[in-house]
Amino acid sequence: MSPPVAPPGWSRWLVPPAALSVHLSIGQAYAWSVFKPPLESALGLSGTQSALPFQLGIVMLGLSAAFGGTLVERKGPRWAMTVALVCFSSGFLLSALGASLEQYWLIVLGYGFVGGIGLGIGYISPVSTLIKWFPDRPGMATGIAIMGFGGGALIASPWSAQMLESFGSGSSGIALAFLVHGLSYAVFMLLGVLLVRVPRDAPGARGTARQAPTGPQVSANQALRTPQFWLLWIVLCMNVTAGIGILEKAAPMITDFFADTSTPVSVTAAAGFVALLSAANMAGRIGWSSTSDLIGRKNIYRVYLGVGALMYALIALFGDSSKPLFVLCALVILSFYGGGFATIPAYLKDLFGTYQVGAIHGRLLTAWSTAGVLGPLIVNWIADRQEEAGRHGASLYGLSFVIMIGLLVVGFVANELVRPVAPRHHVPAPKEAAHVERQQSESA
Amino acid sequence: MLNDSSQSPPSPDRRWLIAFAWVWVGVPLAYGLYELVRKATQLFTG
Repeated sequence: MSPPVAPPGWSRWLVPPAALSVHLSIGQAYAWSVFKPPLESALGLSGTQSALPFQLGIVMLGLSAAFGGTLVERKGPRWAMTVALVCFSSGFLLSALGASLEQYWLIVLGYGFVGGIGLGIGYISPVSTLIKWFPDRPGMATGIAIMGFGGGALIASPWSAQMLESFGSGSSGIALAFLVHGLSYAVFMLLGVLLVRVPRDAPGARGTARQAPTGPQVSANQALRTPQFWLLWIVLCMNVTAGIGILEKAAPMITDFFADTSTPVSVTAAAGFVALLSAANMAGRIGWSSTSDLIGRKNIYRVYLGVGALMYALIALFGDSSKPLFVLCALVILSFYGGGFATIPAYLKDLFGTYQVGAIHGRLLTAWSTAGVLGPLIVNWIADRQEEAGRHGASLYGLSFVIMIGLLVVGFVANELVRPVAPRHHVPAPKEAAHVERQQSESA
Repeated sequence: MLNDSSQSPPSPDRRWLIAFAWVWVGVPLAYGLYELVRKATQLFTG
């Protein structure tokens, strides 16, 4: 399948909805928790067991994005979106079979392994294409797509819950819900497959006069040898860890913070707080990422990491004395968390060029997987130890917040150390490449 | 790397396609946002 080249008159505004159709679908992964209680009661599973499909899915997301990135660059976005559609939908169909036969391993294999490949390939599928279509606004373009990943859970969470309510939460009801999910997402993602096109002058577009990309161009393999890649890896990892630190325990955290005050937070209000954090996460993806087109990538990460550390300090010092301040700081941190995800492709494009930016982005997502383990581990482990030591309320989280500030400072320093990539890492321009080849053959 | 395919105005047919594509993704997203706002208001009322 060769990359689909845009015909004359094709609008670049058709590419963001193509990307969104994929990201809004695969973003369902974050709504997996809706299926956990019914699966636990229908198949007699523990909480840890029922989380397995999601955890394997996220591991496969990281692995397939890291190892499939180069293939995605070579085969193009339509191939990648097709693979994502087939894997993500088949994952649900296999899970439907697993639920109807009451074979849980089939659900883990289907949703976690097969569906997880769809998550990873789908996540990176439109990134490179969007950047090529919107060289003037790469932050906004990738922000739209990556906002979709956040939006996917907002759609799936109430939709899946309503479906389970209608079909029943027994194994046959869950099977039917999985089946409807698989078929619906296949149809929804098909729009992306049909609409996505690469620009006529993009590298690799066949049958067109190829225009050499401007600026530095670095291959995915070479990018791994640059300090810039690893500095951005640290930046992303620290920013995501800090966001997950709040997101992971948002509901119990706000309840604990105001438990001993005259205005305690109810369970319903805590659920509202979690929903508000999701909104901030999503708004940050499009808002901050678009802002980065105006103020520059390095500056926006200064804001994410520097102001993020300040927000954590405010929560730690004054959070338990003012509910609005606590909520406001948490919302800002979560908007930076989302912004950090959405701005990183444009930062990579600035440093490494468009040549293999999708593949480089895929490899950088291993920072996300690491942060996904680090963030919850820090907050949960410390809260448990503090509880054992007889502490309660806001003091359960004080040490976690100090660690988060430290991590954000590390990220801030890493961002400050980012410099343009040295020319020796650049892919030679066509004329230079021919010269190098000639020199090599003469010296051989 | 802006190219001719993006610089020339889209034909009327393509305008319909653009509108359709945005509605396709916009309707579910609007539903998700509506549910989110409903839930988020519980912070102030719950």
